[in-house]
Amino acid sequence: MADKRTTVDDAVAELRDGMTVGIGGWGSRRKPMAAVRAILRSPVRDLTVVSYGGPDVGLLCAAGKVRRVVFGFVTLDSIPFDPHFGRARESGEVEVTEYDEGMFGLALQAAAQRLPFLPTRAGLGSDVPRLSPELRTVRSPYADGEELLAVPAMPLDVTFVHLNRADGRGNAQYLGPDPYFDDLFCLAARRRFVTAERVVSTSELSGSGPVQSLLLNRSMVDGVIESPGGAHFTTAAPDYGRDEPFQKHYVDNAKDPERWPAFVDRFLSGDEAAYQAEVRRFAREVAA
Amino acid sequence: MSGVSRAEVVTVAVAELFRDDGEIVASPMGLVPSLGARLARASFAPDLLLSDGQAYLVDADGVIEGWQPFRRVLDTVVPHGRRHVVMGANQIDRYGNQNISAIGEHARPTKQLLGVRGAPGNTVNHRTSYWVPRHSTRVFVENVDVVAGVGHDNAAKAGPAAQRYHDVHRVVTDLGVFDFAGPDHAMRAVSLHPGVTAEDVVAATGFDLDCTAVPDTRLPTDEELRLLRDVLDPDGLRDREVRR
Repeated sequence: MADKRTTVDDAVAELRDGMTVGIGGWGSRRKPMAAVRAILRSPVRDLTVVSYGGPDVGLLCAAGKVRRVVFGFVTLDSIPFDPHFGRARESGEVEVTEYDEGMFGLALQAAAQRLPFLPTRAGLGSDVPRLSPELRTVRSPYADGEELLAVPAMPLDVTFVHLNRADGRGNAQYLGPDPYFDDLFCLAARRRFVTAERVVSTSELSGSGPVQSLLLNRSMVDGVIESPGGAHFTTAAPDYGRDEPFQKHYVDNAKDPERWPAFVDRFLSGDEAAYQAEVRRFAREVAA
Repeated sequence: MSGVSRAEVVTVAVAELFRDDGEIVASPMGLVPSLGARLARASFAPDLLLSDGQAYLVDADGVIEGWQPFRRVLDTVVPHGRRHVVMGANQIDRYGNQNISAIGEHARPTKQLLGVRGAPGNTVNHRTSYWVPRHSTRVFVENVDVVAGVGHDNAAKAGPAAQRYHDVHRVVTDLGVFDFAGPDHAMRAVSLHPGVTAEDVVAATGFDLDCTAVPDTRLPTDEELRLLRDVLDPDGLRDREVRR
């Protein structure tokens, strides 16, 4: 049986300029932030980022990695707006495809099911079709004759998701209240990487939660990375909640272009272990 | 009753949005809508389902009674239609089009906001109301910059599939309660909060708005005040969101 354990830098090394990259989680919740940080360290650029957006989108925009963002929202949840994403939009640095949240899920689902599109009511009458003129409608062949929006499949080159537990073969588990869309991200992608708080044996995995918590099976995953704190500073309940002081620190620095380089120097210029060590030091400073 | 704050009048007005909704999911976004929904459930709308804002449905005692992760909301709760959302709005026009996406030209906005979020799907699938904590000409504009929530005119233009379940219901602001029962589904006043004049509302609205022959918004009952002050919001957070 294949041992799929790898490192986050080796996974990110598979990215090429211009690829379409899916990022799991939702807002500032269970984001694969260690993978995002590895992308920041890599030379890759011109990515199309597909995300229920949070600080992943902000950080990638700030580092100049992004050509296009496909999103329904970008928010930090406890703080409404990500300053980097706002600046990237207001300066015209990134292109966007802006979908309704439900359309976004259908686009992943269509790709997962190898369908060209899925129909929906969501988006009709709104500016979503005006802003994405490539969108088409489809007419029901049945008596109702309804004309619905045909959401095109959104296949991904690579996707990164973060879960609570995984085994070395790629079975993976969420232990918090919400799976988000991480299984759809994996099914929609050609190459799939899961970072996990802990990599455990298969028997420990299936023993640590109900069978319904086993969100990914090994046919949906190409690489497994043990990454404790890998969702920081977003939530990874029940392992940890959002690091609100750190998220606020991120936002305060992101708002001010003169302060941002010092944040990058301190937190984002070394490897993941250096990041986690600096985060622990920051927590001690906040507590003091 | 003396000593009733504007925030308390407003919260009861939001609660009234859910009257007769029955056993559906109420999805209030933000503090005053959440208080209003919980007040409705605790008084005249006991069958409402409410989420904890995460993945659980919780009953009036805070007991988890169901699972409602984001995927289920988008896959079935919204399209199935047994839901009434109260969203915020950065802009609203006379026909109920709403913007939470961006201000200015979408390709390069002067201010990036949240994005359209679930507003397009909500508005064509089930009842939608709006909450505006500060009624002003910045919010109530002739034309919204980005149509996130679909108004009555755009639903009509988009055809029967967009109109079939379209139900943009009411707007509650710190000045009054409004619906879209004017000519061509134009916004019109339903009630103004005690102490608010028609002139106040007209001056704070960027399009013509019919405020004639409008009654006062009703005052909270003693029981509603007790629930609000002693049970639901003992710290008075409502008064921070509604200042005037």
